[in-house]
Amino acid sequence: MAEAKAPGTRPEDIRPLSPHLQIYRWTWTMAMSVAHRVTGAALYVGTLLLVAWLLALASGPAAFETAQWLFGSFLGRLILFGYTWALLHHMFGGIRHFIWDVGLGFDAPARQNLARMTLIASAALTLLVWVIGYAVS
Amino acid sequence: MAKFSLPKNSQIKEGKAWPKPDGAANTTAFRIYRWNPDDGQNPRVDTYHVDRDDCGPMVLDALIYIKNNIDPTLTFRRSCREGICGSCAMNIDGANTLACTKGIDECTSKGDVRIYPLPHMPVVKDLVPDLTRFYAQHASIEPWLKTTTPEPEKEWRQSREDREKLDGLYECILCACCSTSCPSYWWNGDRYLGPAVLLQAYRWLIDSRDEATGDRLDNLEDPFRLYRCHTIMNCANVCPKGLNPAKAIAEIKQMMVTRQL
Repeated sequence: MAEAKAPGTRPEDIRPLSPHLQIYRWTWTMAMSVAHRVTGAALYVGTLLLVAWLLALASGPAAFETAQWLFGSFLGRLILFGYTWALLHHMFGGIRHFIWDVGLGFDAPARQNLARMTLIASAALTLLVWVIGYAVS
Repeated sequence: MAKFSLPKNSQIKEGKAWPKPDGAANTTAFRIYRWNPDDGQNPRVDTYHVDRDDCGPMVLDALIYIKNNIDPTLTFRRSCREGICGSCAMNIDGANTLACTKGIDECTSKGDVRIYPLPHMPVVKDLVPDLTRFYAQHASIEPWLKTTTPEPEKEWRQSREDREKLDGLYECILCACCSTSCPSYWWNGDRYLGPAVLLQAYRWLIDSRDEATGDRLDNLEDPFRLYRCHTIMNCANVCPKGLNPAKAIAEIKQMMVTRQL
């Protein structure tokens, strides 16, 4: 019988972990899954911004003026633009997951197209919202 | 919490560049992951040049060429060389597949052919991963027919329609390409069963002859075992047999809902 090795020197203790993210080729479905997580997390921050704006509105004209100036600045608009996209992307991601949850869209072209459409639709609708926003203001 | 980087002992160093074979006019470069349990070194990537005029068309042919002609220490699993045993599953050109059914010319998106072991697994040596946990998870779903009614005199009968429900499930060869392509399995492989095992679970859930459906669903009703599937779809993208574990998992989730109604 082979001699028992001390803990830390047995083969299963020293085995390296094979590379994963480092070497895996990105797929559309994988990228959109990550984007769904990231936009979901971003929505927490976006909601806080909305709460801050409503608080300013409730606090009186001076606070509201400051908030309006802040959100209307270039940086403020950029953040709101990102928030718009995160919201719409997460919504389309939710619709995509809903389609999968009822058992549809699992086959090879469909799953890829659903993932691509999430990005295309969210980008297009974000632009549309902002174009309309600027047009009516 | 998921750890996205590799532990210190797993980080990959540049390895040896082996000379081109003498007199070879038509060569393809292979960059292959190496790790030797006996030398105390980190994993490395060696570069080999395969004489394509003296080698078959598949990636497995190239690995055998290298082992026979260049470096006999290169270690990998292989057996049937026709996509039915699942032994030569590995990560080739950034996606998991079987070396024996993957053409060399399909894998040169980066100019050379890059080969690693199945991702996020403990490495036994070179391209050989330790699949102990994967097999234990398979055993945990009790992949055999379970019945309570008395055995019939002859075989358990099944209608043609019920038999067809097993198509797309029974063909799984348990190569582990899908499970080790799944980021959810990477981060939670100790508690999430992974696509291959869940596809097998569904294979028994949907079998008209099996009488343990409720118990099987009870065993899967768990935030990790089943519900770590977030439909990332890498499993369906890589299955070398063209099966769809993601869809099988979705069907299990639907069974979980419908049994509440």
